[in-house]
Amino acid sequence: MKTQLQDYKHPEIKPVWCPGCGDYAVLNAVQKALASLEVKPHELGVVSGIGCSGRFSHYFNSYSLHGTHGRALPIATGLKTAREDLTVLVAGGDGDGLAIGGGHIAHAARKNIDLTYIIMDNTIYALTKGQSSPTSHPGAHTKTAPYGVYEDPLNPIAMFLSYDVSFIARTTSLKIKEMEKLLTDAIRHRGFSIVYVMSPCVTHKSLTYDDIKSHVPSLPEGYDPTDKFEAFKYAYKEEMYMGLFYKQEKPTLNERLESIRKEVTGSSYNKGHTMTTSQIMEEYL
Amino acid sequence: MIDTRKNESVFVSGDEAVALGVRLSRPQVISAYPITPQTIVVERLSEMVEDGSLDAKYIHVESEHSAMSAAMGASSVGARAFTATSSQGLLYMAEGLHYASGGRMPIVMMNANRSLALPWSIFGDHRDSMSMLDSGWIQVYVEDAQEALDMTIQAYRIAEDPSVLTPFMINLDGFILTHTYELVEVPRQKEVDSYLPPFSTPNKMSLETPKSMGFSTSPADNMEFKYQQHKAMMDSMEVIKKADKEFSEMFGRSYHGLVDCYQCDDAEYILVTAGSVTGTARVAVDTMRIKGIKAGVLKLRFMRPFPEQEIRNILSGAVSYGVLDKDISFGYEGTMFTNVNSALSGSKNFPRGMNFVGGLGGRDISVQDIEEMFIALQKCPDNAYGDYIKSRVSFVNMGVNINE
Ligand SMILES: Cc1ncc(C[n+]2csc(CCOP(=O)(O)OP(=O)(O)O)c2C)c(N)n1
Ligand code: SF4
Ligand SMILES: [Mg+2]
Repeated sequence: MKTQLQDYKHPEIKPVWCPGCGDYAVLNAVQKALASLEVKPHELGVVSGIGCSGRFSHYFNSYSLHGTHGRALPIATGLKTAREDLTVLVAGGDGDGLAIGGGHIAHAARKNIDLTYIIMDNTIYALTKGQSSPTSHPGAHTKTAPYGVYEDPLNPIAMFLSYDVSFIARTTSLKIKEMEKLLTDAIRHRGFSIVYVMSPCVTHKSLTYDDIKSHVPSLPEGYDPTDKFEAFKYAYKEEMYMGLFYKQEKPTLNERLESIRKEVTGSSYNKGHTMTTSQIMEEYL
Repeated sequence: MIDTRKNESVFVSGDEAVALGVRLSRPQVISAYPITPQTIVVERLSEMVEDGSLDAKYIHVESEHSAMSAAMGASSVGARAFTATSSQGLLYMAEGLHYASGGRMPIVMMNANRSLALPWSIFGDHRDSMSMLDSGWIQVYVEDAQEALDMTIQAYRIAEDPSVLTPFMINLDGFILTHTYELVEVPRQKEVDSYLPPFSTPNKMSLETPKSMGFSTSPADNMEFKYQQHKAMMDSMEVIKKADKEFSEMFGRSYHGLVDCYQCDDAEYILVTAGSVTGTARVAVDTMRIKGIKAGVLKLRFMRPFPEQEIRNILSGAVSYGVLDKDISFGYEGTMFTNVNSALSGSKNFPRGMNFVGGLGGRDISVQDIEEMFIALQKCPDNAYGDYIKSRVSFVNMGVNINE
């Protein structure tokens, strides 16, 4: 039987996001992508961080784990390592992923562990009610910068590119079809993929629907997502470009281990490091 | 804006009271990461820094680990540093807590007491700070917003005392204190300045006292440092009492040092509490007294240094005592109870004791709950130490009748 969108929805737990929150669209798009890929709910694990976006994992009728703040990636890395057969999604916000948990992206990328990381950026710490985040705009008024943010924001796409994340895409909560397509490709991608969604917060109004209607052009026709320099160029443009920025095929962590194992079969750990009592007697007496 | 040149009473939450206390204490560096229910403190402080009413630098760090680290860096060059956190954030700071106390950095921190995951809960109990009892920080638990403000000022005075040089954690019950509005008297800046002079220490990197910090020890000399750290903490008891006395002379409010007693003088049944629940216990004592039952409350203000002598003196006159812990050390009992028992172990008269574990994850503790505790203390069996689970540790308000 084909899986339906409804199969992923939790039968009892309904989202408690504010009406109009951008994260609803992300949840829908993710579940649609899963249905199109026919990932069965029992073959799926969703790990999330802490934040409004961190509530993501609760809304799946599958294996789901609401982690600690900033640790969704390492928790998911452990889960995926123990249950390689599962499709593992990781979800969280700009604070969770780029502030307190910012150090983990580089290492997930180095390992190219087969996870899909969905970051919902509303340029604010929404759950804690509106403090500046690493993507807050300079001059924006927040609860921790009531007279305007005076730090530079991160450029997440450029950051992921320099970490060599093997699949990098950016979209918005308004581009539902594009988001679904990018998510489908990201989940299908072997290795570490990031889908970065500009997802408005209607309560703190740090990122509005107007913001993601204008100044968000799509990457041009003929754009080559395997060209890293081109990707950097578009990552640094004034306007916020949307689409698949970069994609690279490279072995996953597990594939690398397997290839080492193939090479070294025959030699054994015991030979190198441990001695029997008689060997010790022989060597030292 | 509050005019700190005049004596003013303001209607503020506990978090805001701390922010006002911080501003009056003139720290140079503030570093914090938001977490419920601490957020209001960091919001107010960042506003004060941006509007210039507080001449300090605010570092909007990316995590609590960085908050504590930045405070350590500031303290290493002799700056007065402040941070604030709660719950998961406090745990994430743990490495820095030990580093700061070992480095003798008198950082002051507000901790909004909140439960720990899992399961997730944003509501108050004492499991966060109690689990950090051994990190070498002075720990005070306040009862209301006024005490929160006053202790923020006293905290620097105590922590920076040359014989102490130990970091200081001010604990406020999450939501009950952090978010409840109360009338709070704000001391005058001029008076605070004379009570709390600028921080000065030889334990800093400067041209006058050139040094590098963060050294290693061998097994041959590590214990000497730990001994000194312990001694400083023990010596801080007198400094705490003196700071309280001078504060009361100057500002007219005393908190009575390490512990505060309510109706303990002739009390037969004494309940030991910490934090906001003390207020509820005071009311319960009044109602018990009307019924002719000699009840009293011992408010444990400081968990570290631990007021062993005071506890022994006060409790050893009672028939029985109870300890109300908003914490449990799984597999044994509430942490306060263990500490109180240890203090009593040296006394000739060791009254019978009971441990009430309550308020976990923010569960309410009512006047009636506390009245029941006093009734249980009246019936406290001789063999309270026999049947451990049944009579020694009771869980309050869990549908279990503690008098059965
Ligand atoms: C260790 C720790 N520090 C702080 C917090 C408090 N906290 C919860 S969510 C959050 C920020 C969330 O921001 P973001 O990741 O952008 O998610 P959003 O709510 O905006 O979706 C913070 C600081 C926490 N839960 N744990
Ligand atoms: S506060 Fe903002 S991010 Fe959180 S649920 Fe509401 S709209 Fe969404
Ligand atoms: Mg956010």
